[in-house]
Amino acid sequence: MPPIPPIALPADPTCPPRRVVVIGNGMVGHRFVESLTPSAFAVTVISEEPRLAYDRVHLSAHFDEPRPDLALATEAGYAALGVKVVYGRAEHVDREAKTVTVRGQTETTLEYDALVFASGSSPFVPPVPGKNAPGCFVYRTLEDLEAIRAGALKSRVGVVIGGGLLGLEAAGALRKLGLETHVVEFAAQLMPAQLDEGGGAVLRGIIEELGIGVHTAKATSEITVEGGQVTGLAFSDGTHLAADLVVFSAGIRPRDDLARACGLATGERGGIVIDDGCATSDPAVYAVGECALHAGRIYGLVAPGYQMARVLAARLSGEDSSFTGADLSTKLKLLGVEVASFGDAKGATPGSRALSLTDNVRGTYKKLTLSEDGTTVLGGLLVGDSSAYGDLLDLTLSQTVLTVPPETLIVPLLPGVAAAPANALICSCEGVRASTLIDAVQGGVCDVAGLKKCTLAGTGCGGCVPQLHDLLGAELLRLGKAVDRSLCEHFVHSRQELFDLIRVHGHQTWNAVLAAHGTGQGCEVCKPAVGSILASLYNEYILKPAHAPLQDTNDAYLANIQKNGTYSVMPRVAGGEITPGKLIVLGEVARKYDLYCKITGGQRIDLLGARLEQLPAIWRELVEAGFESGHAYGKSLRTVKSCVGDTWCRYGVQDSTSLAIQLELRYRGLRSPHKLKGGVSGCTRECAETRGKDFGVIATEQGWNLYVSGNGGVTPKHAVLLAEGLDTATLIKYLDRFLMYYVRTAGRLERTSTWLEKLPGGLDYLRGVIIDDALGLCTELEAAMQRHIGTYQDEWATTLADPDKLARFRSFVNADTPDPDIVFVEEREQRRPAYEHELPLLAMAGTD
Amino acid sequence: MTQLQNTYARPRPQLAFTRVCALTEIPDQLGVCALVGGQQVAVFRLGAQVYALGNRDPFTGANVISRGLTGSYGERLKVVSPLLKHGFDLETGLSLDKPEVALPTYPVRLEGGDVWIGLPD
Repeated sequence: MPPIPPIALPADPTCPPRRVVVIGNGMVGHRFVESLTPSAFAVTVISEEPRLAYDRVHLSAHFDEPRPDLALATEAGYAALGVKVVYGRAEHVDREAKTVTVRGQTETTLEYDALVFASGSSPFVPPVPGKNAPGCFVYRTLEDLEAIRAGALKSRVGVVIGGGLLGLEAAGALRKLGLETHVVEFAAQLMPAQLDEGGGAVLRGIIEELGIGVHTAKATSEITVEGGQVTGLAFSDGTHLAADLVVFSAGIRPRDDLARACGLATGERGGIVIDDGCATSDPAVYAVGECALHAGRIYGLVAPGYQMARVLAARLSGEDSSFTGADLSTKLKLLGVEVASFGDAKGATPGSRALSLTDNVRGTYKKLTLSEDGTTVLGGLLVGDSSAYGDLLDLTLSQTVLTVPPETLIVPLLPGVAAAPANALICSCEGVRASTLIDAVQGGVCDVAGLKKCTLAGTGCGGCVPQLHDLLGAELLRLGKAVDRSLCEHFVHSRQELFDLIRVHGHQTWNAVLAAHGTGQGCEVCKPAVGSILASLYNEYILKPAHAPLQDTNDAYLANIQKNGTYSVMPRVAGGEITPGKLIVLGEVARKYDLYCKITGGQRIDLLGARLEQLPAIWRELVEAGFESGHAYGKSLRTVKSCVGDTWCRYGVQDSTSLAIQLELRYRGLRSPHKLKGGVSGCTRECAETRGKDFGVIATEQGWNLYVSGNGGVTPKHAVLLAEGLDTATLIKYLDRFLMYYVRTAGRLERTSTWLEKLPGGLDYLRGVIIDDALGLCTELEAAMQRHIGTYQDEWATTLADPDKLARFRSFVNADTPDPDIVFVEEREQRRPAYEHELPLLAMAGTD
Repeated sequence: MTQLQNTYARPRPQLAFTRVCALTEIPDQLGVCALVGGQQVAVFRLGAQVYALGNRDPFTGANVISRGLTGSYGERLKVVSPLLKHGFDLETGLSLDKPEVALPTYPVRLEGGDVWIGLPD
């Protein structure tokens, strides 16, 4: 193909920017928009899907919990670039008039100077009877996935037709939805496009072990349907597979219908014909990604699409750039199985030789295609372990003459022998090598976000992000730079370091700490952190004038702020045990102040909707009735949850309620790096759910079992067994040590679970410190806990006794009126904050 | 634009000043909320300096700014909303998270140990 001259930009700067219209906002279309210099062009994007570009490569992650945000583009981001978005379907292109007509909610006609097809592909559905029956789906968009999710609710068995890359990804999605999953492939093996027979066989073994049925060499002749619902697949060999949900993933077809309709050259088997500059048969029209046919080839992977996007963006900006075909090497993780293929994977080069290692013990397959003389790697396949991919791809692309016997490249390393990739390709999507990343770190980049930004590594499929972390850590260490653990701009220390500094120097106030170790005036990060450390060490009243400015609003007002600026009040109900008289007091107080009542997960009662100026009066009534602060507002001990134990329960073996109350009263008010929760169960039925707590105690007939470092929340984690068969005194001794050790050594806002995960040596090390006193710290830790217990005070009662402090509990310093903007409405016989859309209605009602 | 001893030496005919409290009623590094001409004004004290800004957190709509933590960023001072921890420059009111958002600011006078807030007449 002759080289194409670059398109010159208009030389006259007064010329209006060239109008670029992009049909399609998939991954490649988005990458193209991002690659253009926005100021030089007026870009309009046509998006058929109701949302902007998202990561289709990781589509099955949509079924993960928590659901990751797959979005690649946002309306705000586009607006900032000056990119306009039109939602709808491009229906007509008039190449004479240079216009595109879009059918959305209204019809829009867009004028262009350059038109770019980035319309992608559509799933290929084989023409078998029954293919449109309810229960049949395709796997391409988030809408498809939502339809599959809805279908899965009514289904038990799901089948994916197509055992290629996308088919296995779809099978992973069905498995995540809890369906019995099968994969049906027409060829005699899985992933026939990428793998050879040996690789396919090993992959099959791994996938079958996951409990997924694999059916190869099966031609589906019909989707069987009964009563309008899919019942299974009939195969040409006369066999049948029962299923109530079918996903077609048998390949893609380029979406070239609009290009075809407007007379652009397209391939016989689909695809918009483009040249090395991504131009179609009309020089003002371009195509990139899966809809484009380059040199007789459709590229169904994202990396070549990105390459086209970059080439085209460069060309439109007047730079010389060409797409001359792409390396199809790829590394993926399908159903958790690593699969990689690179270069001449299947040995198509005449005279080439193959070298392979099938390891049915580890479940791996590695194969190299070598030159005839065995000195150069031409390509290869990796199944089950693709860790060598970067190095091998590197050897392939650079045509390096081997200095070692080729078999050593695929034999697992002996322990202790380091792999020595001189300059491995780390990110194959963006073509970023280790040297580029190392240069960036040496140039001052000190986090992964920075590496992504300045090298683009990790911004494609994301598969190399763990390597980026490793490389960054190793390089920072090599450079003698500490990984930045500073608390904030005012303190270069970690929380743990700051704790030790304050303890060793004996600093008693924020001013002393700041003067000795910090800079500036502090902030919302370091002030509460120092406040918490001072409270952990000295347990002084947190609203003393020296400490008050350090407290976050919850601690500052000894209550939990809610979205409308009111607070919730939560008195301690130790172990969840409460007398009828106290229950009645809570009810009466709630009724008097019209507080919303809710039973919490920690076996307490939350009273919500108190205005700032109401808090002292509410506390006074509660304190007079024998309640105290429950510290629900603090990064401190919250509750110790319990069951009724052997007092009432026929299964109970010990008195869990009494122990829970004892523990809650022992550790109440203990300020810690994050909130602390505990639980005690009276038998192994575990009704108090203690293993979801920072410390959990489970009764057995042999004594108490102590579990530590569990939590609920975003990443739930079960607590792990620290010691078993303990008597109460030993249990309390271990718990004192455990909690104080955590308070002293954890990072800011680090729960006990992440703290234990990061603790070098893990649980065994912790046992050494807590049980065997390996650090000789135990006496000190126990003494520190004793000091805490001895200095405990009820913060509500202390505040009520201090008129200066009470002056802080007013909505206005110069008026005794409540905040007029706090508005409630009634729902299910209680008050709740009014939503914004309810306010105008209330205002109207008020004028009646 | 806030407290400066010399601001009130310059004539500002459009402003009406209201006394809101004694300086000692605002603990150092903390804020209070004052009601001035029907508007809620968050008044902060850092040492001898006093700053006045709108009390309404524009990100949540709640009147809570006066209950925020104060501190510094670089060479400048800030207050951080207690609800979702959005920061605002203490002197200009500008949001540190979203440049197009800002809290209103009010001129402050210190007179005989009292804090006065100015509002357009």
